[in-house]
Amino acid sequence: MKAVCYYGKEDVRVETVPDPTIVNPRDAIVKVTATAICGSDLHIYDGFIPTMKRGDILGHEFMGEVVEVGPGNKRLKVGDRVVVPFTIACGNCFYCKEQLWSLCDNSNPNAWMLEQITGFSGSALFGYSHMYGGYPGGQAEYARVPFSDVGPLKVPQSLGDEQVLFLSDILPTGYMAADNCSIRPGDTVAVWGCGPVGQFAIQSAFLLGAERVIAIDRFPERLTLAARHSRAEVLNYMEVDIAETLRAMTGGQGPDACIDAVGLEAHGTTLDAWYDLAKTSMFMATDRTHALRQAIACCRKGGTVSIPGVYGGLLDKFPLGAAFAKGLTLKMGQTHMHKYMPGLLDRIERGEIDPSFIITHRVTLNDAPNMYQVFRDKKDDCIKVVMKPDGRA
Amino acid sequence: MQNMPAPVHEHTTSTSHATLGAIERLAALTTATAVVAYGLSRRNVPGVFLAAAATPLAYRALSGEWPRVGNGHSANQRTREALSGDRGLHVRESVRLEKPVDEVYRFWRTLENLPKFMNYLDDVSDSGNGRSQWIAKGPAGTRVKWEAEIINDIPNKLIAWRSLGDADVISAGSVNFDTVRNGRSTQVSVHFQYAPPGGRAGALVAKVFGREPSQTVREDLRRLKQLLEAGEFPHAKWDTLK
Repeated sequence: MKAVCYYGKEDVRVETVPDPTIVNPRDAIVKVTATAICGSDLHIYDGFIPTMKRGDILGHEFMGEVVEVGPGNKRLKVGDRVVVPFTIACGNCFYCKEQLWSLCDNSNPNAWMLEQITGFSGSALFGYSHMYGGYPGGQAEYARVPFSDVGPLKVPQSLGDEQVLFLSDILPTGYMAADNCSIRPGDTVAVWGCGPVGQFAIQSAFLLGAERVIAIDRFPERLTLAARHSRAEVLNYMEVDIAETLRAMTGGQGPDACIDAVGLEAHGTTLDAWYDLAKTSMFMATDRTHALRQAIACCRKGGTVSIPGVYGGLLDKFPLGAAFAKGLTLKMGQTHMHKYMPGLLDRIERGEIDPSFIITHRVTLNDAPNMYQVFRDKKDDCIKVVMKPDGRA
Repeated sequence: MQNMPAPVHEHTTSTSHATLGAIERLAALTTATAVVAYGLSRRNVPGVFLAAAATPLAYRALSGEWPRVGNGHSANQRTREALSGDRGLHVRESVRLEKPVDEVYRFWRTLENLPKFMNYLDDVSDSGNGRSQWIAKGPAGTRVKWEAEIINDIPNKLIAWRSLGDADVISAGSVNFDTVRNGRSTQVSVHFQYAPPGGRAGALVAKVFGREPSQTVREDLRRLKQLLEAGEFPHAKWDTLK
């Protein structure tokens, strides 16, 4: 089959690789009909993610048709159309039973690697390095899905691929970011970062009862999308002082909740390597760290700072004093996909949300090497790239 | 861990001897030479210790036996001496599972199940009367065998065992099964005590080769949890381009 493979920093190639096969009883094989490049894939592309190996298949946002089912899977059958969550969860451990699916104990065969860094390992992820399990990703014609009796969500034929594809990651991620804000009617929510997750966080905040959502970014096309599609009030931080403006907009009180949909990447396999990475990336990461600091500084007393943006390392000059003084609640973590997917599918079916509005580029798998670059450089007003492995872009 | 095998009873059983065949001796000699050479080539204090640590292995290669500590003791005295007090290596690890305690106990008590999640074990067979034969994967493709007996067995609570006779691996251990989290989960706590080939030196060699005992036991318990909770081991088959 054809697959998008990692070959090194800024080196992504489309290669012909062996088709996946059923390995474990609970597996299924999915013929991929649509897959997307995620912002977090760009961190791999930029060489920030350790334990990637040459030839690793990329991609964790994908959906398709079930073509083979393992003997231990009583839930799926050949021909089912499914969206696959990017986190892999067993469904039976303490964390899965507590609905904390992204913290699954049993899905990461390389848990010891993450344990060296974070003390404990969360769930494995598709196509996202060997410390997250080393599972082949979904930017391919076929993908093996482990624990497929609890992960993949069946979707009705009445909905197109583009309407449901983002149930695989970014829609639930944006939604959980808003859900973590414990929004009450009348609340004001500020969102840093208007990429795909930020866009969905804005929509979700409104769905969950926010009165106002203020969106912050520096790319005009992203701010325009947030304003036009989701009726957010928008601020370009290149043009205005964010702290001052937010204070003015909220009667001096500050937003009730702040969402950091920007994040910062600093990873490593050992603590010292990790620390080095954090230090060496500081120059590049100043802006990104700034978002979280600013969110903490701007949030109203007793408010919530919700962090869907990915953080990996040791943060320098983290304003814990401000967070403490204001009695803030901080919530974060990988998305508990399995918890949110069914409810969000219902919302899509009811027409409350149509996630396809963020798509700017529709291409085939063969275009992946170029599209990684276009997306990374935000050329051509690129916000979201969807690839169709069958070539009918 | 108060349930360690308390009194070690006298035994007259004699088991297979810890002598080696020609191929195993060659393997041992090769390994010992390599470790000594590596240790000395590091030209530092840990390197010298490492080289020294391989000496018992070299002795074993040449003589076919491990160096005797003391002389003429009977087998059960060896077990007792090797493991008494704080001698030998102690490994304590535990894991929690979302499974009823009786299910977990029963799985472990069926000793044939142990190689399913203990990677270094090749085979365990229960010969009845609390006795069992153990075969482990030794270094360089060798096999290490010993006999063990269960010395304490309280259903759904505790299993304790120790090696018997003139075994290659002198060990004792216990596993406790406790109901925790208000009856919801089961905690499995392992206390494994052993004098591996070459005692502490052998453990050092083992560590150099990536078999640090505590990590080994932690991975074993992780696999137990995966097997009982998820029903399978997570495995990212990766046979694409490499």
